[in-house]
Amino acid sequence: MATFELLVNGVRRSVDNVSPDTPLLWVLRDHLGLTGTKFGCGMALCGACTVHIDGTAQRSCSVAVSKAVGKAIVTIEGLAARDGALHPVQQAWIDEDVAQCGYCQPGQIMQAAALLARTPKPTDEDIDRGMNGNLCRCGTYQRIRKAIHTAADLAAGEARNPANIASPAAVPGVAPLPGAPKVASEPTDAKKGKKKGGSQ
Amino acid sequence: MKPSSVRAAARSNEIRDFESNTSAMKTTQLASDGALTGAEGLSRRTFLQRATLAGGGLALAFFLGREEAFAEAAAGGAGNASGGPADGFTPNAFLRIAADGNVTLISKNPDLGQGVRTAMPMIIAEELCADWNRVNVVTADVNPAAYGSQNAGGSNSIYANWDRLRQAGAAARTMLIAAAARQWGVAAAECTARDGAVLHAGSGRRASFGSLVEAAAREAVPDPKTLTFLSKADYRLLGRRLGSVDARAIVTGRQEFGIDQVPPGVRVAVFAKAPAFGAKVASANLDAVKKLPGVRAAFVLEGNGTLDELAPGVAIVADTTWDAFGALDKLEVNWDEGGAAKDSWKAAQEAAEKLDPNGGKEAKKVGDPAAAFASAAKVITGTYACPYVAHAAMEPQNCTAHWRKDCVMEIWAPTQNPTPGRQAVAKLLGLPLEKVVVHMVRAGGGFGRRLFNEYMVEAAAIAQRYEGPVRLVQTREADFAFDFYRPGSFHAFKGALDGRGRLTAWQDHQLTFGNDGKPVRAAAIGAELFPGPLVPNFRLSHTLLPTGVPTGWWRAPVSSAEAWALESFLHELSVAAGRDHVEFLLELLGEPRWLTPGNPGTLHTGRAAAVIRLAAEKGDWGKPLPKGHGRGIAFHFCHRGHFAELAEVSVDEERRLRVHRVVVAGDVGPIVNRSGAENQVEGSVVDALSVLCLQKMTFEEGRAQQSNFHDYGLLRLPQTPRIECHFIESDYPPTGLGEPALPPLAPAVCNAIFAATGHRVRRLPLIDDGFKVT
Repeated sequence: MATFELLVNGVRRSVDNVSPDTPLLWVLRDHLGLTGTKFGCGMALCGACTVHIDGTAQRSCSVAVSKAVGKAIVTIEGLAARDGALHPVQQAWIDEDVAQCGYCQPGQIMQAAALLARTPKPTDEDIDRGMNGNLCRCGTYQRIRKAIHTAADLAAGEARNPANIASPAAVPGVAPLPGAPKVASEPTDAKKGKKKGGSQ
Repeated sequence: MKPSSVRAAARSNEIRDFESNTSAMKTTQLASDGALTGAEGLSRRTFLQRATLAGGGLALAFFLGREEAFAEAAAGGAGNASGGPADGFTPNAFLRIAADGNVTLISKNPDLGQGVRTAMPMIIAEELCADWNRVNVVTADVNPAAYGSQNAGGSNSIYANWDRLRQAGAAARTMLIAAAARQWGVAAAECTARDGAVLHAGSGRRASFGSLVEAAAREAVPDPKTLTFLSKADYRLLGRRLGSVDARAIVTGRQEFGIDQVPPGVRVAVFAKAPAFGAKVASANLDAVKKLPGVRAAFVLEGNGTLDELAPGVAIVADTTWDAFGALDKLEVNWDEGGAAKDSWKAAQEAAEKLDPNGGKEAKKVGDPAAAFASAAKVITGTYACPYVAHAAMEPQNCTAHWRKDCVMEIWAPTQNPTPGRQAVAKLLGLPLEKVVVHMVRAGGGFGRRLFNEYMVEAAAIAQRYEGPVRLVQTREADFAFDFYRPGSFHAFKGALDGRGRLTAWQDHQLTFGNDGKPVRAAAIGAELFPGPLVPNFRLSHTLLPTGVPTGWWRAPVSSAEAWALESFLHELSVAAGRDHVEFLLELLGEPRWLTPGNPGTLHTGRAAAVIRLAAEKGDWGKPLPKGHGRGIAFHFCHRGHFAELAEVSVDEERRLRVHRVVVAGDVGPIVNRSGAENQVEGSVVDALSVLCLQKMTFEEGRAQQSNFHDYGLLRLPQTPRIECHFIESDYPPTGLGEPALPPLAPAVCNAIFAATGHRVRRLPLIDDGFKVT
């Protein structure tokens, strides 16, 4: 067990009581509360856990936390600008209404953002090569392809007509059951962002 | 706004009757398994009730089911639907308008990617004439007494809720207009509503909904029978392309799925089940496991005798997921396989080799098939083999459960069908139902897998034993090793053609799996599936192989597997007859009619013919193609949806297959959200192609042999064809899209492969038939 200093989304984070072979995925999710990065297969086969490490898209399920020290890690939560302005890929994903269940999409978006960083105007063949490792069980690939082209246009400041009418952003969460006892609640920041009651 | 008359209200009663009929017909087997029943057995009477909010505002509770449920919910109403503090009377409102004009709409069914959290509120918002930008959507908790059946299954959400959601919106709009008319001293009939305001054209007056809610809450709640609905021409939301209300949360990583639930103090649990289905735990190295880093507890759960709920296994509770997975690697269990599954897919394949089209136990016979074959000009036979498949949703099975100090089991479940899970938890743990609180959290895909709730039962059992909150997470390997698989099946077909190339007899002997003379779940033979019922002489028979493998609903159950065999063999017949397949299909369909007269839950031959013609036209049927290219077309009806699909493929000398283009023509009545609808169709095509090309689960010694995406592939972006989607927006009631666009794809592609190569695909997946998918 050891303590690791990580640079995640531009912020220095310290995690302790972690074995060096722990995949970065679980450090992000379980220790840092960054649950946007998803677990899909644990073998770098599906791409749901894709993050950027020093600007390269990598499968965080197969990168030991010890190998991520000293590198700049960006997760889906850190892709938008500090002021909340969405990355062109995120905006394009909304404009093209890409997601169905949405579970693989953080990984798809991180992969697409890395692709566009290297290839600002990708061809269909570039997209085929760049996105081949990210699985989507809902089958949103046709929209992913279109959204990557849209994102490229957005990044270049080109005019566009979104295919869909934007919907208001829903407030996440669920309604409590009338008549049911209240959920034993602790301050919400205990739920988000902080290390949950794991390694004591 | 032009009210389209009260005809719609009358029709709604019709629809409900049909719904009961067709669901009884279609879900006989579902009901026997306890799935998809929910509260649908209750009286279907719906009624509206006004609620007064302390802060001022209009809430309409729109109840389905027993009237007394309203009183119960109202009496117990401590929270409110928007999750804020209690503010007076707070029933389960489907609709709530605050004094600031913001509208909250409740989505009562689970969303696992099929888009009901956007589509269902759109229906309310349309009839309300709300400003979509002021709408917030909240998912309901599980409360069948108040909401009726809450499930995502059978492509049923839109069809079953269309009328009641329209009524909720129209009733609120009527009350808002009445309030404005009263204030202005004009007739309500002179007023209209639009974009969240009431307007009086004569005087140019306008009042926002927010300014009217207090007065509207004092208006009488209209009887649903008196409501008028917008005409299609006046729709401002329905039929358009609206982005998902969850899009922003998804793209920023803020969307919470089941696996993201983190109640304070939560630990991570894993549950090791036997590799051979049904085996029991004889012994395990629990003492060694308990000493591993981060491990808090390890114990055996005996199981309750049904794999649907709690299989025997070993639970490990640890501080983090990695600790739990690490402990799972070191866990050693001796399994007692005395009563366990012995299934062998190889043995099943061998049994199928001897399948005789005339054999088997007769399940259905129409006309005189033997005589028809005896007098036929041509008799054609064909065999088909379709493997088991897994669900492989991107989010592995998981569930979070908190056994609270007040003896309430609180559960966050990514489920399609929460009610049976809640009941199973209550029964297993000996709790009254109201002590089991279930939150429906977004699921990372369902496809039928999450109609089952074993993860909910496991998580609750572990949480109670551990006496604290746990998040059960299955590894991908465990997700593959324990599924409710789509059963494999084999067909021996025989068809007869007369001298003019007309189909006169059809026989299908199906070899599938069953115990005690009954097919296992989802292995039932679809006697109603196209084309059997349209052929004058028809025989369906089956042979069952015993099995211990758990099976279950997989997107478009039965149809998703059967359509490939049925529509491929139908194509063999039109080829043998030397006829154009489209013309052959249209002749078989004949005059426009419901297959079961008067029952619009069944295939309509006119709607079927229309989608076949449209797919053929849009897909350039009959136009020349380069060598090595081919087109195929297939039709299927299921879940009230009529779909024809045309595929254009090429195959080279090394059997490298490329699906270039898929044209889909469907009739599901009016489209609610065009973006969501097309997304479902595109997804169905990709999903079907994925299964067709790549997927099979095999079992030996009662064990699953595939374990992760390296040996169970999913289609990838480069292999995705261009998909074009065309809807015939008929005036029949809108029906669902989660499933019916899937089944025609596989036979369309295989018929296209035949057109390109002359090779008939007889076993799946295509990679087992020597194809490489590019």
